[in-house]
Amino acid sequence: MKILIRSGRVIDPASGRDERADLAIASGRIVAIGQVADFGADREIDAAGLVVAPGLVDLAARLREPGRKHQGMLESELQAAAAGGITSLVCPPDTEPALDEPGLVEMLKFRARKLSRCRLFPLGALTRGLAGEVLTEMAELTEAGCVGFSQADTAIRDTLVLQRALQYAATFGYAVWLRPQDAWLGKGVAASGALATRLGLSGVPVAAETIALHTLFELMRITGARVHLCRLSSAAGVALLRTAKAEGLPLTADVSINSLHLSDVDIGYFNADMRLTPPLRQGKDRDALRAALADGTIDALVSDHNPVDDDAKTLPFGEAEPGATGLELLLSLALKWGEDSGVGLGQALARVTCGPVGVLGEALGSLAASAGRLVEGGVADVCVFDPEAAWRLEPGMLKSQGKHTPFSFASTGMALPGRVRATLVAGTVAYEASPV
Amino acid sequence: MLSRRNPQLNAHGELIHLLSIEGLPKAVLTQILDTAGTFLSVNDREVKKVPLLRGKSVFNLFFENSTRTRTTFEIAAKRLSADVINLDIARSSAAKGESLLDTIANLSAMHADMFVVRHSESGAPYLIAQHCAPHVHVVNAGDGRHAHPTQGLLDMYTIRHYKQDFSSLVVAIVGDIVHSRVARSDIHALSTLGAAEIRAVGPKTLVPGDLREMGVRVCHDMAEGLRDADVVIMLRLQNERMSGAMLPSAAEFAKSYGLTPEKLKGAKSDAIVMHPGPINRGVEIDSAVADGAHSVILPQVTFGIAVRMAVMSIIAGNEA
Repeated sequence: MKILIRSGRVIDPASGRDERADLAIASGRIVAIGQVADFGADREIDAAGLVVAPGLVDLAARLREPGRKHQGMLESELQAAAAGGITSLVCPPDTEPALDEPGLVEMLKFRARKLSRCRLFPLGALTRGLAGEVLTEMAELTEAGCVGFSQADTAIRDTLVLQRALQYAATFGYAVWLRPQDAWLGKGVAASGALATRLGLSGVPVAAETIALHTLFELMRITGARVHLCRLSSAAGVALLRTAKAEGLPLTADVSINSLHLSDVDIGYFNADMRLTPPLRQGKDRDALRAALADGTIDALVSDHNPVDDDAKTLPFGEAEPGATGLELLLSLALKWGEDSGVGLGQALARVTCGPVGVLGEALGSLAASAGRLVEGGVADVCVFDPEAAWRLEPGMLKSQGKHTPFSFASTGMALPGRVRATLVAGTVAYEASPV
Repeated sequence: MLSRRNPQLNAHGELIHLLSIEGLPKAVLTQILDTAGTFLSVNDREVKKVPLLRGKSVFNLFFENSTRTRTTFEIAAKRLSADVINLDIARSSAAKGESLLDTIANLSAMHADMFVVRHSESGAPYLIAQHCAPHVHVVNAGDGRHAHPTQGLLDMYTIRHYKQDFSSLVVAIVGDIVHSRVARSDIHALSTLGAAEIRAVGPKTLVPGDLREMGVRVCHDMAEGLRDADVVIMLRLQNERMSGAMLPSAAEFAKSYGLTPEKLKGAKSDAIVMHPGPINRGVEIDSAVADGAHSVILPQVTFGIAVRMAVMSIIAGNEA
C-alpha cells in the first residue's frame, strides 16, 4: 500500500522541520518528504490546510484490561487512542490482576494487535501484585514486551524493597517509572490548601511528593537506576527535579493534561470529575508545571487516561473513583498549552511525540530511531490534524467508554483547538474522521 | 473555567436548599435568624404547631448516626405540621449495598418534599441536591468535615440573642477545628455577619496553620485564644481522636485546652460559653463551666428548633 499525504504543513518537532510538503509512504515507511510527483500512490490524502505531524506517543493510558472491562474495553480505548492521533501508548500495570507475569503481558499485547494498529507498550509491575514486597521477574517481563517497571499509583512503603527494586532494575538497565508519593502522607482526596480546608476534604500535602522525591534521588545516587517520574504535581517537586537533572541523575518526567490545565479551585462545589490522582494543586503549581514543560525539565505531556464509569463517579467527592478520560483530548490540550504559553505548535507537539520517545529510549528497540518523528526511511506513524478547528467537547461524542472529563464544554465553557483528521500507524490508516 | 451559580440559590437569589453557609449573602442569614425569632414563641404555646408545611413530607436521611440532631429536625418539622419519616440509612439500604443515588431516587418516588441529610462524606448533600427532583429541597444536617449549616445558624442566633451586634465581637472557637463541620459553618457565618475577630484555638494537629486562609486568627496557646473574648465556642472532642497521632490522651488535651473557670477568667467578664453538644465533661469543658453562669448551652438547643423551623419554612416557600 502506497499512500501520499499531499500538501500538508509537515512538522517534525525533533528536527525543527516545518514546511509545506508531501509525505510519501510505502511498505509502512516514509519514503519521501518534499515535492513528490510520480509516486503512483494507491491512496491520496489531501492535507491542504492541515498539519502532518508524527503520531502521538502517550506515556500513560489505562485500558482497563485485563480486569475491569465494564469501565473500558481494550477495543474502545484503542479506537479512542487512534481517534486522538495517538499511535503508541504506554499502559501502567495496575490492571486486575496486575501485569506481573509474562503471560498477562503477552496476552494483552496479542489482543491489542488483533484489535488495533496502535502500538501498545505495557509497563510491568515492579513488585508482585504491586504489593511492594516481592520483585517481579523483570527479565522475563521485558522479553514479553514490557518497556519499564512501575508501581502505578501504589507507593512502595518499605524503603529497603524500593532500594532493591532499583538495584535489580539497574543491573539490567531497565527504567523504573514511579509516581512520587509518600504512602502515608498521600492518603487524602484533594491537595492540601485553602480549598481542601474550606470544603472539609482530607488533604495531600506537597510534602507527600517532595519527601518521595528526596528518597528516590538518594536511592538513585546509591543504585544508579534510571527513573522516569510520572505525573509530577507541584512547584516544589519541579524545583527538586530541576536540581536533580542538573546534577546529572538519569531522570525523565511527565505531567498530565489535568495538572497542566486545572487547579484545585476547579473542584467548585465538589465536582467529582475533578477527583484525580495526583490531586489538582494550586495555580502556582500549575504555572510551575507549565514552565517546566516549556523548558524541557518535564519531558512529556501525558493523557493519564483513566476511564471511570458513572457508578464510580456519581458518589460524594471523597468516595468517587479518581480518574478522567484523556486519550481523545491529548492533542487538543497540548495545542492549547502551546497557544496559551506561547511556546508554539512545534514545541507543543514535541512534548507528545519526540519527548516521550526520548523517555522510552532503547526500550523501543528498532522503533527508537524514528518513532515520534517524521524522517525519510523512518516508520510511518503519522497524525494529520486541522489546527484551526475549534470543537466543543460533549462527553457523548467520545469513543472511550470513559465519559467523565473535567474538560467538557458544560463545565469549562471553553472550546478546544485542533481536530484529528487521520491517524496512520506503520503506513496504514488506523483512524479517519468522517468528512465534514 | 465557568463560575457556576451557587446551587443553594435559585435564579432570584432565593434559598432553595441549605447546603453550606459559605457563599450565602448576609441578607439571607439575617432573614433566617429573624424568622427563627418569630418561631420561638410557637415553642412556648400550648399547641406548638403552625401549618406552614402541612401536607409536606420531610425525610430525615441519616447516613451517619445521630440521635440529637435528627430529633431536633423531627421536632421542627412536626411543629411546622409536616409528615416526618425517619430513615436510618446507616443500618438499612447502604448496608445492603444500594448506592446513594438509588436511595434518593427511591425516596423521591415516594413523593418526598424535603430531605434532611447527614452523611460522613463532605459534599454528599450537593450530590443529592444535583440529582433529586426539582421540587425537592435538601437541608444539610452535617456532611463530613465540611458543613453543619443549621448548627452554624443556631450558634449565630444564640450570639445575636445575647450580644446583639456582631461587629465588635471577638469569638474564640476551641478544640478540634480541622475535623469540625461546626467550626467551618461558624467561621463562614461569623465572617459574613461581620464579627471583629474569629480565633481558632488548639494544638497544631487539630488547628493547622492553613486555617488562616479562612480568615481566622490561629492560636495554639489557650490563654492567648481566650483573652478578652466575647464568645467562647467549645467543640466536642470526638472519641476516636482522644488518643493516637492527633492527641496523646484526653487528659492531656484537657490540661492545655479544657475550659475551666480559671481559664475562662481570661475572657471578657460577660463572655458566653457555647457547645454544640453532646459535651464531654472534664475533657473539653469542666462541669463548673458547662453548668455555670456563662454557659448558654441549653438555650442553644431551644434556639436550634426555631432556627431549623425557619430554614425549612423558608426553603419550602422558594421554587427552584
